[in-house]
Amino acid sequence: MEVSVLPIASAHKEKLISAGYTTLLSIVGVSASRLAQELIIPHREAVEIIKVTLKCCRAVGLEGTHAVLKGSRTAWEMLSDEQNLKLIRTGSEDFDGILGGGIHCGQVTEMGGVPGIGKTQLGIQLAVNVQIPVSYGGLGAKAIYIDTEGSFMPERAYQIAEACIMDTWENLGFSRKEIEDCQEKMQPDHFLANILYFRICSYTEQIAVINYLDKFLEEHKDVKIVIIDSISFHFRQDFKEMVQRTIVLNEMSRQLMKLAERFAVAVLLLNHVTAKHTEGSFQLTLALGDTWSHSCTNRVILYWDGNDRHARIEKSPYLPSASAPFSVTGKGIRNAITHCKRLRMM
Amino acid sequence: MANKLVAHMGLAQSIANRLAARNIRTAKDALSLPEFDLMTLLGVDMKDVKEAVARISEVACPPYQTALSLLEERLMNDTSGGRLPTSLTGLDDALGGGIPFGVLTELVGPSGIGKSQFCLKLSLLAALPASYGGLDGRVIYIDTESKFSSRRMIEIGRNSFPKIFHSEGMAQEMAGRIIVLRQTSLSEITER
Repeated sequence: MEVSVLPIASAHKEKLISAGYTTLLSIVGVSASRLAQELIIPHREAVEIIKVTLKCCRAVGLEGTHAVLKGSRTAWEMLSDEQNLKLIRTGSEDFDGILGGGIHCGQVTEMGGVPGIGKTQLGIQLAVNVQIPVSYGGLGAKAIYIDTEGSFMPERAYQIAEACIMDTWENLGFSRKEIEDCQEKMQPDHFLANILYFRICSYTEQIAVINYLDKFLEEHKDVKIVIIDSISFHFRQDFKEMVQRTIVLNEMSRQLMKLAERFAVAVLLLNHVTAKHTEGSFQLTLALGDTWSHSCTNRVILYWDGNDRHARIEKSPYLPSASAPFSVTGKGIRNAITHCKRLRMM
Repeated sequence: MANKLVAHMGLAQSIANRLAARNIRTAKDALSLPEFDLMTLLGVDMKDVKEAVARISEVACPPYQTALSLLEERLMNDTSGGRLPTSLTGLDDALGGGIPFGVLTELVGPSGIGKSQFCLKLSLLAALPASYGGLDGRVIYIDTESKFSSRRMIEIGRNSFPKIFHSEGMAQEMAGRIIVLRQTSLSEITER
């Protein structure tokens, strides 16, 4: 947009053009004192010119007008993005509830718990749930499963996919035509074919696959979740120096956050727990240390409460701290048994 | 994959030379350093470092497969579905057929409950010919507490599979398939 459209004194317009400021955008990034110096005008007049320019840009909706800092965006602009973030359900309504609807795309979520609590089960369930067609409330997308411990069982994935498909048919009534359209996609074999599996055997391979995902996700734009099971396995034993480990982990978390944001995928990291000595007693906390604890957007701890499994939000920029029960059944992750009993009684 | 040589990865000659000069020979060496450190170490632009790291990562990354092909592989590889049936129907049901191949299974329990006895029985089951429901294979038995008793094993064999063990030479054949290693210290075990 030309400087000539600015509602300012023509003398100023002439000075702007002769100083080399021909477009509105060229004025936007300049400081008032510099402008005053170059145009040889009083400081407050320079401030006025800049104000008017910004107003004009906003009026015509020029991009980057708020870019006093290049690449920045205002919170208002980001709000609509945040509201449009896609969600992947976990299979348990209570669990989804504390997560704000499900695992968010574009964010890194870390989940950890004692062995046997259901981390791998959650990973497999999400790899299946992301594939539910859009017309049934899912994302109709593919999943990447990075297995560092060898705990992924394709037979179990088949079982979970089958149960998910049956529950979806049962819960939603659709016209015959819609059912026929989705018939082909809603087969357990098809679901399994959409889980892209990497088996990682060392920390070097783990770093390599995370780096490679940048190119891989570019080529496979239909992937909407990346699950790493588990993030800490190869890092708890292979490193002789903790300093190096921290540096490598930081790089890795940086990469993962970049991937989540750039490709709008959900990144799910499954972690072990360890005992931390605080205030005279040992508490269960997620592995990999304090520095790593800063690396994820959301942290969820899975724990036992008597015989029931629970999930608690330990850290999140916007989710309130809350816990919810869930259960691991033959069909996968579902509501806790007591939840079902409560509904039946009603 | 971690030990793949950087020299064979098709990197630009100038970067490859510098990596070699700094003794960065394998994928592991290159990927253990953050990109910033690599940049200062090699004396090149960040752009070149990023390209090199991307290339090394791509080559060092293991190939992917779909969960479907993983399942098909498992079903195809072994007629018994890749598992060792334990002959305890309840346990076999819970395990989905038996002790699975390709993964570690840990058997845990207080002393006296029957872990070693269970292992003896499993060794026999693995050694048995396929016609009798076994895997027709050999067994490596690592015995750290000197609990392996050949006599007891043959007694189990005679009582559980009388047909096989009472025929000529079969007991010797079966017992001959079980290789026992007696390690007396931690270092010996890890060496093995």
